[in-house]
Amino acid sequence: MSVPELIALLPLMLLAACPVALMLTIAFYRSHALSAAVCSIGLGISFVSLFIASGFAPVFVTDLILIDGYALFYMGLIIAAALLVSLMSFGCNMARPGLREEFYILVLLAALGASGMAASSHFASFFLSLETLSVSLYALIAFERKSVRGVEAGIKYLVLAGASSAFLLFGMALVYFQTGTMGFAGIAARAGGVDSLAMTAGLALIFAGAAFKLALVPFHMWTPDVYEGASSPVAALVATVSKGAVFALLLRFFILVDIYSYRPLFILFALIAVLSMFAGNLLALFQDNIKRLLAYSSIAHMGYLLVAMLSSGSLALTSAGYYLAAYFISMLGAFGSVTVLSGRENEREMIGEYRGLARTNPWLSGVFAGMLLSLAGIPLTAGFVGKFFLVASGIGSALWLLVIALAVNSAISIYYYLRIIAALYAPAPVEGAVEAAPAISLAGGAVMVFLAISLLLLGLYPAPFIRVVQMTLGILV
Amino acid sequence: MILALLIAIPIAFGVLAWYSDRINASLPRRLSFLAMAIDLGLIVLLWAGAVPQEGVWIAEFKVNWVPQLGISLHFAMDGLSLVFTALTAALGLASIVASWTEVKERPGFFHFNLLWALAGIMGTFLSMDLFVFYFFWELMLFPMYFMISVWGHRKRHYASVKFFIFTQAGGLLMLVSILALYFIHGSSTGDYSFDFTDLSRTELSPVVEVLLMLGFLAAFAVKLPILPLHTWLPDAHTEAPAAGSVILAGLLLKTGAYGFIRFMLPLFPGASSLFAPLALVLGAAAVIYGALLAFAQRDIKRLVAYTSVSHMGFVLIGIFAFNGLALNGALMLAVCHGFATGALFMVAGWLQERMDTREMRLMGGLWAAAPMMGAATLFFALASLGAPGLGNFVGEFLVLLGAFRAYEVVASFAATGLVLAAVYSLWIVQRVFHGPYERKAGIKDLNGRELSAMVVMAAIIIWLGVYPQPVLDQLGRMVLAEGNGQITAQSPEDDVFSDFRIEPGIKHPGLLEI
Repeated sequence: MSVPELIALLPLMLLAACPVALMLTIAFYRSHALSAAVCSIGLGISFVSLFIASGFAPVFVTDLILIDGYALFYMGLIIAAALLVSLMSFGCNMARPGLREEFYILVLLAALGASGMAASSHFASFFLSLETLSVSLYALIAFERKSVRGVEAGIKYLVLAGASSAFLLFGMALVYFQTGTMGFAGIAARAGGVDSLAMTAGLALIFAGAAFKLALVPFHMWTPDVYEGASSPVAALVATVSKGAVFALLLRFFILVDIYSYRPLFILFALIAVLSMFAGNLLALFQDNIKRLLAYSSIAHMGYLLVAMLSSGSLALTSAGYYLAAYFISMLGAFGSVTVLSGRENEREMIGEYRGLARTNPWLSGVFAGMLLSLAGIPLTAGFVGKFFLVASGIGSALWLLVIALAVNSAISIYYYLRIIAALYAPAPVEGAVEAAPAISLAGGAVMVFLAISLLLLGLYPAPFIRVVQMTLGILV
Repeated sequence: MILALLIAIPIAFGVLAWYSDRINASLPRRLSFLAMAIDLGLIVLLWAGAVPQEGVWIAEFKVNWVPQLGISLHFAMDGLSLVFTALTAALGLASIVASWTEVKERPGFFHFNLLWALAGIMGTFLSMDLFVFYFFWELMLFPMYFMISVWGHRKRHYASVKFFIFTQAGGLLMLVSILALYFIHGSSTGDYSFDFTDLSRTELSPVVEVLLMLGFLAAFAVKLPILPLHTWLPDAHTEAPAAGSVILAGLLLKTGAYGFIRFMLPLFPGASSLFAPLALVLGAAAVIYGALLAFAQRDIKRLVAYTSVSHMGFVLIGIFAFNGLALNGALMLAVCHGFATGALFMVAGWLQERMDTREMRLMGGLWAAAPMMGAATLFFALASLGAPGLGNFVGEFLVLLGAFRAYEVVASFAATGLVLAAVYSLWIVQRVFHGPYERKAGIKDLNGRELSAMVVMAAIIIWLGVYPQPVLDQLGRMVLAEGNGQITAQSPEDDVFSDFRIEPGIKHPGLLEI
């Protein structure tokens, strides 16, 4: 392995070293603040190392890993999201008793697995990093091991993720059977013209396995329960890091094998996209629990993202990258608001518990409302530009039905986002004054400020970020 | 630059107003009043020609925003924009007066929403880039939503959500059309741009043209509103606080009319002329249907809301009759309707504030207690029914005259709306201000501030009724996209009374060859 390759691999190596360092730290000195600090600093250094690595991209590091602009962009998103999650959970973990230090090891592992996926160029690395991500998520979801719901959610995720891995492996086997190679580039080279049933079935199974992680209909059943059972920062991690990584990999793989030439698959995916939009949005209408509501909303958002995946060309890549960034910001912000606004003992979950909070916490309520408006795609927010990009890429590829479905669903989704906003700004209930949110930790406050600024920046002056997206995602090797 | 200021001032003052209520609860409305007064002053300067004209435009402003996608912050003002921005600033002032004492709760946030809604409307009237237009089109929604949902009346949640979903759904369909137009234009010329001037040059096949027009139609038809899509209007108008009702009726509906004239007709002339017969029928139906429903209302705000449906039917007929007379009439009516209906909503708001009800059954005989309020209501009711000498008459008369020359049947049906309007307008006065006065506790008459607002608005309506020429002159300075996207200004001296027609199948003829 040459020096440039090693430098290009630096972010992943740093991410792998961090959990080990943190484990050793905990072995010698158990301190919550120190663990959180090591985790955050580790993630921060890894993030910086992306810029060093970018000087040497694109480069194949063995057959397994490809560090290119695409990988670095998504790794950046993932690492930043993991950093925000660890900072946001620092405040809420502080308040609760028990051994909390291991939480950060798991977050680091999840970031490592997710980053590995973004850089995978081979089935082996794909599967390994996916399992790294999944295993750390099992533990994170069930981290509240004394709560029944947490354990239930963890087990549910474990069983379904196991099933999805089986689908994935079978799909990979079928593709390998057809092409005789497991590297993406090799598959792409040999898949041209292959239109056998085995290849189609293999790709469909790989998609099904990934769809479990992305929570696309009909593989979405676990989502609301897991989001409800896990703590808010973990739910944010599942909604962003895990989905973002799987999506990045799927997009790269499908563009390489030219999924657009498999007509039945294309129609199937379009159908799944439409179903996910409608199911996610319609079911979200009936939720009174904010975490379940956001879970359904995230199902719908993955349906929207499929529009970018199904539209071809460089605009699709830009759209997917921009939209995913906007989605990361808004989802992290929404779950972050729930985290920060929650009391010490229990999370504030029901919409009713948010009534009148604008009075006691005007700033946080404003940020929360902004995040929800961004998820709904209203101007001034990142979500608006993101949705604009999605519609643009869909129309650029003449996917009329998908675009119309997206527009209709955006209108439906407004109803449930507005429900939360209306509760925030409603007068407080008469009996039982609103329980004001606890004092906000410095870390939590900083995260929210950062997210609010990014939300406005991406919504108002998108040009610089678009330039970043286009520069990094311009070429797919 | 001055155009960017027109939008930036309400935005900046909105943020200031939000935080100023910590210092003093009356500061937000004073700041808001100041902001709109500055805007109005700037517009008067532009109207008077104190600022040198920039090319065909009265004023223009253009900077890059997202160069990668060909989006630029492009504002331009012609006669049409000038009249509508003046209306925005004037009714903005009126709406602040309307809710001067009504809003006691979180006045800072209220005035933030008020100013941002006005900024969104102002931006809509000035944008010359379709992305920016869509941006402002959507931007006005969420402040409006907050105004209805936080400070509205009993059914505010239902009304505000309905309003938001209707308008947002229409807007998204327009976005689809805008983007489709962008790609069609980009792929045929290689120049990807959202600029209206560029996009109006796009060559479209007839079928595509109709499809794309439908997207724009969805957005504008919800806002105006056109008949089957009007159901959000009575709810939103009724439940909104007085300032919200004034903005909704006076300005928000006009963005629909403006959209038809500025964007839909020039971009899709052929498809628009196909839609025209249907538009005329729907317009005439709205005139009669709105008036009939107005009879059935017991709630004074709901009654006024349905009269808006009726009046907007006239505006629709005026736009789609495709001649200069009717178009000028439609625009005059749009402006005058803003003042007359806005004033009626203000009175209704004050009545509700004083009596805690909007039920007309519970009112009656108020003239004895509040003669000035009664006189103001009578005046604006007369304006609303189209009494000669007042601005609405000029508008309705021109619309009917123009429409009659082309479509006698439609114009005849629409004309019956005038009779119905006389009945429902006078009905308000009769039921609220006449009859036995049963209340023990007297209600307060208009105070000085309220009276002066009424007097100013009445004066404007009289001015527009007696001497509408200055406004018609401004409307004559409309700048329109012509064949091959050439932009030309009309001169006010041109004969307003000649026909203009859109020939189906011919690409972008001079829309208004006046």
